[in-house]
Amino acid sequence: MNPTQPAVQAAGGPAVAPAAPVLQLDNLQTHFFTAVGTVRAVDGVSYELKAGETLGVVGESGCGKSVSALSILRLVANPPGRIVGGAIRFQGRNLLELSETEMESIRGNEISMIFQEPMTSLNPLYTIGRQVGEAIALHQGLSRGEAMNRAVEMLRQVYIPEPERRVHAYPHQMSGGMRQRVMIAMALSCNPKVLIADEPTTALDVTIQAQILELMRELQKTFGTAIVLITHDMGVVAENADRVVVMYAGRKVEEAPAADLFDNPGHPYTRGLLGSIPHLDTAARSDTGRNRLTEIKGMVPSLFNLPPGCSFAPRCSFATDHCRQETPSLMQYRPGHWVACWHADRLLGGAS
Amino acid sequence: MSEAAPLLEVTNLKKHFPIHKGVFSRVSGQVYAVDGVSFTIGRGETLGLVGESGCGKSTVGRTLLKLLEPTDGTIRVGGEDITKLDRAGMLPYRRRMQMIYQDPYASLNPRMTAGEIVAEPMVIHESGTPQERRERTAALFQRVGLRPEAAAYYPHEFSGGQRQRIGIARALALNPDLIVGDEPVSALDVSIQAQIINLLMDLQDEFKLSYLFVAHDLAVVEHISHRVAVMYLGRIVEMTDKKSLFEMPLHPYTEALLSAVPIPKASARGRKRVILTGDVPSPINPPPGCHFHARCPYAMPRCKTDVPALREVTPGHFASCHLHDGGVRFPLQAAA
Repeated sequence: MNPTQPAVQAAGGPAVAPAAPVLQLDNLQTHFFTAVGTVRAVDGVSYELKAGETLGVVGESGCGKSVSALSILRLVANPPGRIVGGAIRFQGRNLLELSETEMESIRGNEISMIFQEPMTSLNPLYTIGRQVGEAIALHQGLSRGEAMNRAVEMLRQVYIPEPERRVHAYPHQMSGGMRQRVMIAMALSCNPKVLIADEPTTALDVTIQAQILELMRELQKTFGTAIVLITHDMGVVAENADRVVVMYAGRKVEEAPAADLFDNPGHPYTRGLLGSIPHLDTAARSDTGRNRLTEIKGMVPSLFNLPPGCSFAPRCSFATDHCRQETPSLMQYRPGHWVACWHADRLLGGAS
Repeated sequence: MSEAAPLLEVTNLKKHFPIHKGVFSRVSGQVYAVDGVSFTIGRGETLGLVGESGCGKSTVGRTLLKLLEPTDGTIRVGGEDITKLDRAGMLPYRRRMQMIYQDPYASLNPRMTAGEIVAEPMVIHESGTPQERRERTAALFQRVGLRPEAAAYYPHEFSGGQRQRIGIARALALNPDLIVGDEPVSALDVSIQAQIINLLMDLQDEFKLSYLFVAHDLAVVEHISHRVAVMYLGRIVEMTDKKSLFEMPLHPYTEALLSAVPIPKASARGRKRVILTGDVPSPINPPPGCHFHARCPYAMPRCKTDVPALREVTPGHFASCHLHDGGVRFPLQAAA
């Protein structure tokens, strides 16, 4: 019940601030009902987010990371999608119980979102200023002129050169990196408590990606925004997230503080994922033979007919009959480090 | 066909695209997509070509296979100049040079079965009897990790990774010497990406293939390549073996690129990095002098006027930057 405490803490403290969670997903289930069957895109996912924190959500395509994010804002298209169970608590209120009008006052105001494609998520027919100003005018009841001034201010904050001139520009007159800055300006214009960034830099070049991530870190420091960072790029997660949730086939298979996850992955999938990425430094130093990457055999299973037991079992080298029969539940193996695997003990034991 | 000649030798390759305007399609400008690029690839070697979108790396791949007509420069395969060859003259060389494309969804004909797709190059080049082709197709399927029965399926019945395997089997069908891979793994999920990278490396060892590996992901390029060339706005700015490129980048753009790549390790947090300002300029009106000068943290007055040549700064290590005019400068900050 206590209001969100500011996460101001003496330097040197642990990464996890002892603040109450701003956002809490509790056993969220989002399913898609199609002619050929039900897809359990999100099948009982829980995580929480504290003020000022960055939570990384990683996984491969189809693992449910984006659908769970869209569910938070209740943006899943219905039909075919529907949130069939669980709760999403924002500052203690269950968003799933709110009316659409109440939801509108939260969307883009208290919780906002940045999408992957800066080309398609801006309206090509309106100027940048009008689009950035729209949310401000709507949520803060400012006049059009005031909203425009605030839009200029926001564009300045995301380092768009000559913001007074750029507010009158159309999206096609800007580069991909600039458009993504506009998206961030829009998302942060109402000073949200939570920002959901869905693959915010995937469509961008690396040097531009570095600019955008730097900007997000800086704005987070200034505004204390809590960020859900959804990505498939383990490098982006390692350098930006405080805690990480790993998803596979609609479920959370591991959650840990970022440092612990990268040093001691507890789930065979996480371990495989980390082994399958070429590392710039080790790749460059192995000047003689080129090392083989660790492969995860097979492919992501179809969500239409998931195998019984652990969904990862068919691709897992640790899998036993137990794994194929019974779904492992999440258990805490180290402080804050949760793993859903029957063999996590063995994996973590070997690592530490 | 002397053994001494490198498999592929590209000299001062240029590809400009005219921009047409108005009713009479008057040429109003040029896109300098590739503007004087030179490199060689030896037998069994992988040259990685990295750069950001619009730098011309894909155009290099397409132009050297003559899928695009080069504007200027020469392309030699095994010592023979193929730049001026016509369609018929190119035919024997096409067998030796194949391509793997980025998008496994767009690069396979949806109306052909996987088996027909893989056999098509053999049909076009009249290689073997139908029976031999069938056997070779089955062997190729097996080699790239697909079941031979899969030859009867259509592309939409495969996943992205499997489709990329079909594309690889097609490229291998005529036993080529050189394969140009244009972002062959960037559309795939990480776990599948690793499978395809491993497959490409195994095939290279087995068949002594040479690769030109075009990609934007520096970690992938460093992993698969022996040497790496970095492109910026139509030109190669640095080229050397992958170890030197990583440990001793001599071009400020390479330095920034290396520092921008996020590293999937806990220790990578908060490391010091060079963050470039601004965007890549347009290749329609590239800036005079060094193309990189507007974003370069070490730019000097002469960078705005004089184009730096790609020079061999240390043995085998080429860079085009005025910082090294008076001898090698490393680290680069020392020069600023």
